Amino acid sequence: MNNQYYSKLIFELSHEGRRGYSLPDNEFKEYDLASMPQNLLRQQEPDLPQVDELTVVRHYTNMSNNNFGVDTGFYPLGSCTMKYNPKINEEICAMPAFSGLHPLQQENTVQGALEVYYNLQRSLAEISGLSEFTLNPYAGAHGELTGLMIMRSYHMSRNDSKRTKVIVPDSAHGTNPASAAVCGLEVVVVKSRPDGTVDVDDLQPLLGDDIAGMMMTNPNTLGIFEHDIAKIAQLVHDCGGLMYYDGANLNPMLGKCRPGDLGFDIMHINLHKTFSTPHGGGGPGSGPVGVRAGLEQFLPNPRVKRTEGDDWYQYSIENTDSALGSISSFLGNFAVIMRAYTYILTLGRENLAQVGPLATLNANYIKESLKDCYELPLKGVCKHEFVFDGLKDKSTGVTTLDVAKRLLDYGFHAPTIYFPLLFHEAMMIEPTENESKETLDAFIEVMRKIAHEAATDPELVKSAPHHTPVRRLDDTKAALKQIVTFAELRQAEL
Amino acid sequence: MSYKYFPHTPSDIRAMLNTCGEKSLDDLYKDIPNGLILKREYDLPHAMSEVEIRRFFNDLGEYNRPLTCFVGAGCYDHYSPSVINTIISRSEFLTSYTPYQAEISQGTLQYIFEYQSMIASLTGMEVSNASMYDGCTATAEAMMMAVAATKKRTKVLISATLNPIVTRVVETYAKFHGITTDIIAQEGGVTSRDDFERKVAAGDVAGVIVPAPNFYGIVEDYTGWADFCHSHKTLLIMNCVASALGAIKSPGEWDADIAVGDGQSLGIPMNFGGPYVGFLATRKSLIRKMPGRIVGATTDADGQRAFVLTLQAREQHIRREKATSNICSNESLMALYVTIYMALMGSKGLKEVNELGYSGAHYLAEQLCQTGHFSLAFPDKPFLNEFAVKTSLPISDLQDFCAELGMQFGLKISDDTLLICVTEMRSKTEIDMLTDVIKNFIESAEEGKK
Repeated sequence: MNNQYYSKLIFELSHEGRRGYSLPDNEFKEYDLASMPQNLLRQQEPDLPQVDELTVVRHYTNMSNNNFGVDTGFYPLGSCTMKYNPKINEEICAMPAFSGLHPLQQENTVQGALEVYYNLQRSLAEISGLSEFTLNPYAGAHGELTGLMIMRSYHMSRNDSKRTKVIVPDSAHGTNPASAAVCGLEVVVVKSRPDGTVDVDDLQPLLGDDIAGMMMTNPNTLGIFEHDIAKIAQLVHDCGGLMYYDGANLNPMLGKCRPGDLGFDIMHINLHKTFSTPHGGGGPGSGPVGVRAGLEQFLPNPRVKRTEGDDWYQYSIENTDSALGSISSFLGNFAVIMRAYTYILTLGRENLAQVGPLATLNANYIKESLKDCYELPLKGVCKHEFVFDGLKDKSTGVTTLDVAKRLLDYGFHAPTIYFPLLFHEAMMIEPTENESKETLDAFIEVMRKIAHEAATDPELVKSAPHHTPVRRLDDTKAALKQIVTFAELRQAEL
Repeated sequence: MSYKYFPHTPSDIRAMLNTCGEKSLDDLYKDIPNGLILKREYDLPHAMSEVEIRRFFNDLGEYNRPLTCFVGAGCYDHYSPSVINTIISRSEFLTSYTPYQAEISQGTLQYIFEYQSMIASLTGMEVSNASMYDGCTATAEAMMMAVAATKKRTKVLISATLNPIVTRVVETYAKFHGITTDIIAQEGGVTSRDDFERKVAAGDVAGVIVPAPNFYGIVEDYTGWADFCHSHKTLLIMNCVASALGAIKSPGEWDADIAVGDGQSLGIPMNFGGPYVGFLATRKSLIRKMPGRIVGATTDADGQRAFVLTLQAREQHIRREKATSNICSNESLMALYVTIYMALMGSKGLKEVNELGYSGAHYLAEQLCQTGHFSLAFPDKPFLNEFAVKTSLPISDLQDFCAELGMQFGLKISDDTLLICVTEMRSKTEIDMLTDVIKNFIESAEEGKK
């Protein structure tokens, strides 16, 4: 379907003299930009394309045809919670009464927006079992960093400057140790037991008066609930540390379990995972951070507060000195916040409670249906996701990467691969609550077919994909050539 | 229990549980200690239909008042071509993840490559990353990048004329990352050259952050600044308003090392503060120190040109605590937004936007000064489309008065100073109306005195 011409780079569609915009006439020509001192003005024009409007529309429309989204098909990407992005959310967040607001307007002109912000704070507190939230962080990793800043601010406020280490399980998302490093903390790794959960015996000797806290995700990245969580939280608290919950895997907990009730003190939530806001090809997301009572004074500026009297209430934007500082321009990704609040109101208490169990059912169903042809290292019930360690039959030479690429040929997105690092051929599968039994059955059938192909025609799988817009890419060449702009591409030979 | 977002019928659930060897959905949670299971309903509202959702937000929207905007300070009311919304709403872009599976993500990868090319060109730098959260965090990342690039140095200087919203975020990151920050003083609305040279000459400075244009809308003269920095092995970081780079001298032309800023001014709706997009561009020699995603060109198994995430060995999912940054997403959809904007506008359109803003702002400045109650805070300094004025009028009362009549008149930045912005969105009629409203306020204030 794709048109070769329009799929070129936009720069290759440029023709001198074409334009894609119109602007009003200048009504104040007597004030001329050219009168600014010449050495302050740009001498060399930026090299931007010159294209008409229809060319721009066709170009990007053709490019979109080379993309796969949740609206295209099943997207079992582990730890990413690729759930359906309801269309009503898009409609609501685009309402001009909200989207047209400048973030520095006077408070009395933005009370509706502040109410959305405040109510989402309260809703997340209820769902997570924590006390107060900020919605300012822009993404999960940003939330982690903010949460760790809260952890450090807490210790600093008690003049406890020794606590410079944070404990992270070996199964953790890579962002956990990276966020800790950005926050000036040293990472201490705790090992997993053969069943995939944190080894409490390995944890105990790590605890001491230099521990700021511990980061965990629960269920962990293997989809296993950390059954010793109460004991772990107690041990960390006893040594004076705080417990941080990475909310990437919150989806299966909805309706069943709250991080605050498990002993966690600080957490972030990925609104683009659990609360259905679109991933947008890698953002914008939103990573609200919640804290238990006693830590709210450290939440970043600015904060949204509600004041009420007998027959009135109003919202205000506040900054305090006890806060850790600011981590965002304004009040976070407000349009994402609008979508998440719409989602919570749409589902309501009764349907939100079904999200966790149905997502968990879907994951277990795939796991049980495929464990005879894919290696299942951890038996027993999983939560929202689980990990296969590649094909059961390792003699064919077909790797997890090959299986992932072959799935693309059949119109499915691939699982997360080679993560977590505990297994060599990891294949992490996460279906969400929105997928029907028929969709899962179709996926299971294709996965079995690929296992069969691996046994009978391994080359077919190893050379996949065959039916995608492009074939398997040369990653090494990209890293070697480092061609990252059109200017460089023009100079180089690929 | 049937619900529009859940396709499961009771018989589906029975059959699936059967496959799993379980009897009920509750059994799927039997591995969780019973005391940790939530045994009550959430204290949240009941489900709403779309009819009720629309009514709810329509009602709530009544408590907002979008105003004719004469304020900037980091968020600008620019023209947004209707093409953009149509394209970014395409679900192939909107509902996809980070492009890990390159064979079915060429749409995303190609627009990021175009974005990187356009940002590099707009800033006059050699390379750009795939975008960042916002201008503030991009500036903080640039600070950490400078510290990593200069090794052993942990001090960064920030101009006093940088938008204080950016400064606050940079200072927060610095505090936790073990970086010392110091402010370069301002003199008459611009960064003090003497203070800059004195502090850089100390020889322990990793980077210097200066704005273009600055918080007061002034376009500063940085002639010789980069040379001075480089002779002391210090990096020059320039925080820019993206749109302004269509007219004012680019960081590359000033010979800066890192260009950062917010891309919101490239047509992104104000959205009460987000989502926007941060940009970060630099020299090719610093590419391995750059945070965030990078897309590169390569070929596929058939030899045809294609795009892929590259240089991932810098990143958190591989390097973990040794990564250049903890960033794992970019602000991809907003990068697409500004890419389409720049494609439509071209360099001529960007320049025209600046000409219109410049003309409108200077017209308004003159109208305000003619009332006799305002004067330019920095009368001898060249400004683009934002300017600071001093006034003896009660600023908050005046702003409330204007808001009642549907106008956001500037940002109060001190007891007697307002920061005002005019973009191509403001017509002469609107500006004259604002001036009339202000005159009415002055008249009624003077009558009140009598």
